[in-house]
Amino acid sequence: MRKYIIKRVVEAILVVFAITVITFIILNVIPGDPVLLILGDRADANTIEMVRHQMGFDKPLHIQFFNYLGKLLHLDLGVSYFTREAVFQSLSRAFTLTIKLALSAYAFALVFGITFGVIASVKRGKFIDKFLMSTSIIGISAPSFWVAIILQIIFGLKLNLLPISGGESVSAFILPAFALGTRYIASIARITRTSMLEIIGQDYVRTAEAKGVSKWRVTIGHALRNALLPIITLIGAELGGVLTGSMLIEKVFSISGIGKLTVDSILSRDMPVLQGAIIYIATICVIIYLLVDISYAYIDPRIRLGDEQ
Amino acid sequence: MDILSLGKSKKYDFENIEVKENNYKGYYSKSFRIFRKNKEAMLCLFIIVAISVVAIFAPFFAPYDPNAQSLADMLQKPSAKHLFGTDEYGRDILSRIIYGARISLSVGVISQGIASVIGFFMGVMAGYFGGWVDRIISFLIQVFSSFPYILFAIALIFVLGPGILNLFIALGLLSWANIARMIRGQVMQLKKKEYIEACIINGGSGLRVIMKHLLPNCISTMIVLITLGIPSAIINEAALSFLGLGVQAPASSWGSMISLSQPYIRSNPSYSIIPGIAIIIVVLSFNIVGDGLRDALDPKMKS
Repeated sequence: MRKYIIKRVVEAILVVFAITVITFIILNVIPGDPVLLILGDRADANTIEMVRHQMGFDKPLHIQFFNYLGKLLHLDLGVSYFTREAVFQSLSRAFTLTIKLALSAYAFALVFGITFGVIASVKRGKFIDKFLMSTSIIGISAPSFWVAIILQIIFGLKLNLLPISGGESVSAFILPAFALGTRYIASIARITRTSMLEIIGQDYVRTAEAKGVSKWRVTIGHALRNALLPIITLIGAELGGVLTGSMLIEKVFSISGIGKLTVDSILSRDMPVLQGAIIYIATICVIIYLLVDISYAYIDPRIRLGDEQ
Repeated sequence: MDILSLGKSKKYDFENIEVKENNYKGYYSKSFRIFRKNKEAMLCLFIIVAISVVAIFAPFFAPYDPNAQSLADMLQKPSAKHLFGTDEYGRDILSRIIYGARISLSVGVISQGIASVIGFFMGVMAGYFGGWVDRIISFLIQVFSSFPYILFAIALIFVLGPGILNLFIALGLLSWANIARMIRGQVMQLKKKEYIEACIINGGSGLRVIMKHLLPNCISTMIVLITLGIPSAIINEAALSFLGLGVQAPASSWGSMISLSQPYIRSNPSYSIIPGIAIIIVVLSFNIVGDGLRDALDPKMKS
């Protein structure tokens, strides 16, 4: 087990390193002079030279890369061109908001997704099953930012129930979290239904039914339990999607999370913030996948054994 | 093999190649018959074909010039004159949706075309040569699938600048990992087959094995992966355009229309709703056709 964990951790570190290299290469072959971008066109030659030297742009690219990497090890992602704030700090501050949004989206997805999935599987073939399953296909296909706007129109403007933007109150989080979660409500509902139906015909479930265990207990105790592992897999695998989806949702609801910070950095061409944001988000994804992988190996020994062979 | 193809193969009994071709035909015609029975998938295929025709002949179908501004007709609700209403410059939304279909479909198809070439090449190299080639490519696959590739797409577009050509490149260059992983697995299995071994032992070059034996065997997998990759490319295009990183004004993309419509959700909600429905219809159709193709071509892929 320890060997497996060490192997996965080393792999994860290599992946993060590769992501850093690729991001750095993509963003630093950028045409145009970053110093001119910071100072504006009217700066005189001496100032430009000085700032260029200060920021290390006069050094060759590979030296710049190793400098960046060295600072990265100390969680220093540089400073923003414009606000002069340390990138890591502003990213971490924004991330607390984003992770709140992501977790609320997951909470919605779990509650509604499992409920809909259970209803659909119990009422298999009935109208409600068909209705839920066809709605869920639409839910999977709809872009989250569009769902967000539709929710704004329905709940914010027509019904006037919830605020449509800004604010950090709980009610201001409901629509964004629901919009971000829609896709996962739909896919969790489908997975729940499929894995429950798989188990309902099994011998041990029939035995339980024959013994007179109530239908409710069979559904929850046996069938739903079987659906949990695929649901957990989905949640782990989709975290990256939720974090990038959050970019779009934050834009719709003007929430100043990590997504909005990233998007703003693109529009203002604030390279250190964008570079930092990509590495930050990607690293979080890699860590989550690593944790999911390791927890699997705990649950299912076949995974780590298969890997060692 | 059914009676019909048996009759045909008799005709070419002495030429091995012809018989083999005939076998492929049998496989694909069988698959097509399975697919044709799938009513939902056929309906969705029809929708895709219809939308493609409308997109290709956009000038013929669009009632107005998509970029013609008319300040007198600003932000109108749907009416007989403007079926889907007008936007903040008085441009006809239906016409912009029709022209937007060109963007969505071309981004979907071209980026997946690029991705499938890269993915096939990488997958075959890894699966066929094994060893350190496999290690490097597998590592790259791991890197590209361990976080959402749209992040790299954003970085690429930040550098290259927005625009449709750069969307093709960014989405195409970055979405190959999934295809490569599937092809790699398939090639590793195929490599153990006797006829491939026989070809190698008889001195068949690597290129010959790849083009003559591996490619035809991978085509059905590729068709399914490309069909299922198109909708996610379309969603990503819409997302990038929504963020202002896609096609640039005055060209219309469904994602950028949704973005532009945001200030007007109070006065003209249909402006926001319609482009989203267009996205859903296309994405849904490709997903269902892709699933149908998978069931028809390769039931084993259904994992």
